[in-house]
Amino acid sequence: MSMQREESLTTTGEVISNYTINFGPQHPAAHGVLRMVMELDGEVIERIDPHVGLLHRGTEKLIEQKTYLQALPYFDRLDYCSPLCMEHSWVLAIEKLLNIEVPIRAQYLRVMFAELTRICNHMLNIGAHVMDVGAMTPNLWVFELREDCLNFFERASGARMHSAWFRPGGVHQDVPEKLLVDIGDWLDNRFFQLFEDAMSLVIDNRIFKQRNVDIAVVSRDDAVAWGFSGPMIRAAGIPWDLRKSQPYDVYDRMEFDIPVGTNSDCYDRFMVRVKEVYESAKIIRQCLRDMPQGPIASTDGKVSPPKRGEMKQSMESLIHHFKLYTEGFHVPAGEVYVATESPKGEFGVYLVSDGTNKPYRCKIRPTAFSHLQAMDFMSKGHMLPDATAILGAIDVVFGECDR
Amino acid sequence: MAVLHSAPKYASNEGVIDAISESISVWLLDAVESHGEVSFRVRRDDIARVLQTLRDDHAYQQLMEIAGVDYPDRAERFEVVYMLQSLTKNHRVMVKCSADENTPVPTVTTLWPNAGWLEREVFDMFGVSFAGNPDLRRILTDYGFEGHPFRKDFPMTGYTELRYSEEEKRVVYEPVELAQEMRSFDFLSPWEGADYVLPGDEKSRGEPRVEEVKTTESTKQTGAGPKADEKAAKPVSPGSPDLKDTDKKAPPAPEDTSKEGGR
Repeated sequence: MSMQREESLTTTGEVISNYTINFGPQHPAAHGVLRMVMELDGEVIERIDPHVGLLHRGTEKLIEQKTYLQALPYFDRLDYCSPLCMEHSWVLAIEKLLNIEVPIRAQYLRVMFAELTRICNHMLNIGAHVMDVGAMTPNLWVFELREDCLNFFERASGARMHSAWFRPGGVHQDVPEKLLVDIGDWLDNRFFQLFEDAMSLVIDNRIFKQRNVDIAVVSRDDAVAWGFSGPMIRAAGIPWDLRKSQPYDVYDRMEFDIPVGTNSDCYDRFMVRVKEVYESAKIIRQCLRDMPQGPIASTDGKVSPPKRGEMKQSMESLIHHFKLYTEGFHVPAGEVYVATESPKGEFGVYLVSDGTNKPYRCKIRPTAFSHLQAMDFMSKGHMLPDATAILGAIDVVFGECDR
Repeated sequence: MAVLHSAPKYASNEGVIDAISESISVWLLDAVESHGEVSFRVRRDDIARVLQTLRDDHAYQQLMEIAGVDYPDRAERFEVVYMLQSLTKNHRVMVKCSADENTPVPTVTTLWPNAGWLEREVFDMFGVSFAGNPDLRRILTDYGFEGHPFRKDFPMTGYTELRYSEEEKRVVYEPVELAQEMRSFDFLSPWEGADYVLPGDEKSRGEPRVEEVKTTESTKQTGAGPKADEKAAKPVSPGSPDLKDTDKKAPPAPEDTSKEGGR
């Protein structure tokens, strides 16, 4: 951290000096490349000016140059802690413009893996948040669970992180039966024991509470006005969850609760995530129980590719295959804004199509933008070390914030 | 049209256009419902008043997003789209206005504090300015960046690139130099919209350019024919030992295939 000294004269003539320090962009608690210019009065934060964009890669511009299918892997690279949830918004936006039906098994698979992604994301955030305020062990423990989730993704899609597994019209490939059995097994025999072990170190921990309770309290009205979403708005006591209020795929068939906070501080945000993990596990169990057999991608040959065997046998399939992987599919002209509940909050895609095989404009609504913007007003009057706790509770990932 | 997709379902759009159009009729230019989304196009100068009416009278409490779109062919090339969400009615609407480089859009930071960064982003990416925004700096691009990268006429590669210079011991900015030409594949079919020659298809138009026409050589030129066959049939050596012992003839030269015509 670099320091600068600013001196200012007050009316009474005494000199008060505020420090301006530079937090980041390479600070380990900045969760990536965030630079915050902080004005401090002693150790109390007066003003924070977050500088974002250090990871700006122009994803939205790149997407304009790609076909709809080619653009999909960019979404894995937005919030790289919850890649499948990012893909979810994208495929739903395309499907809304195309108005195509997704087979029910594919919807179950997508919901199940979105929830597994949520667990995976919360494992990282819970661990990182705890480590930001000084505890080392729980992070190592929950990372083991995160690794389990990533192994499941690998078995489904072939890739641990950048899965590119969701497709407009369904998913890329069906999962092996054994994988579903193993996920059920994992929930029954491994997950909760390890998770509860790790959480028992934290939840009632005196130091952890001292660092988090009553830090960055945001009122309900402020949470709404600042455009909060996800765990940030739920911690403020508003039971708002897009999976419940604006259900997509088969979320309307799922039974789960929305955990809300009472005090709207960093501790509540943390606890909302802890409780959400249990709700996600509930949803995964329901998916495993109710998932029917059947196709895993739309039967519309103009949108989803034929099976390899068919492609070798039938002329029509061969043409479909060739057209899909060269030209791609055409999406009717129009514009939609589709938002889903990503683990971090509302992740939206504003998609403008001009009727060709490439998007005319794709605006991505990152969750972190609204939350990080509120960093200044949330941190005002708190101490410098609280900034890391606040940042940890926001759950910010710069791949998504900067795009 | 029946809804087949499984995208998020919120409260019905029925009657929304009528109810809202009535209260913002003075500023309204156009109201559309398509693909299940309601959008209102309003006059630019009144955007703040429209959004305030929507927030206060129609319970659209949250501003989720401000998106810029560039349509270079239009008279006012930029479109600024505001995504509003109602938590109480569980509904979403879009409000749009058009703008130009020189026509500032009134800010809505007075209505929602989070509009600040959203407007900064539109300014940064498209160059639309927002009158009244107290902190209209660039947000995502580099310090000292020039231009507005999401405009359609801004090249995808940009104009400058940066690298760490070992000699100067600092990061230096240089004009973009591509080792390979920027490749942009366009696979639109000629019968579905593309009105240009597809890459690799340039030779399919016009006469072929050759100086001398090539033909198959005749037997005269090559010297092939019965005489050559006869000569070839003569054994040059006494033959292998097994032929000598069994008195077999050596196999003849292959038949002339030139007159048979291809299969």
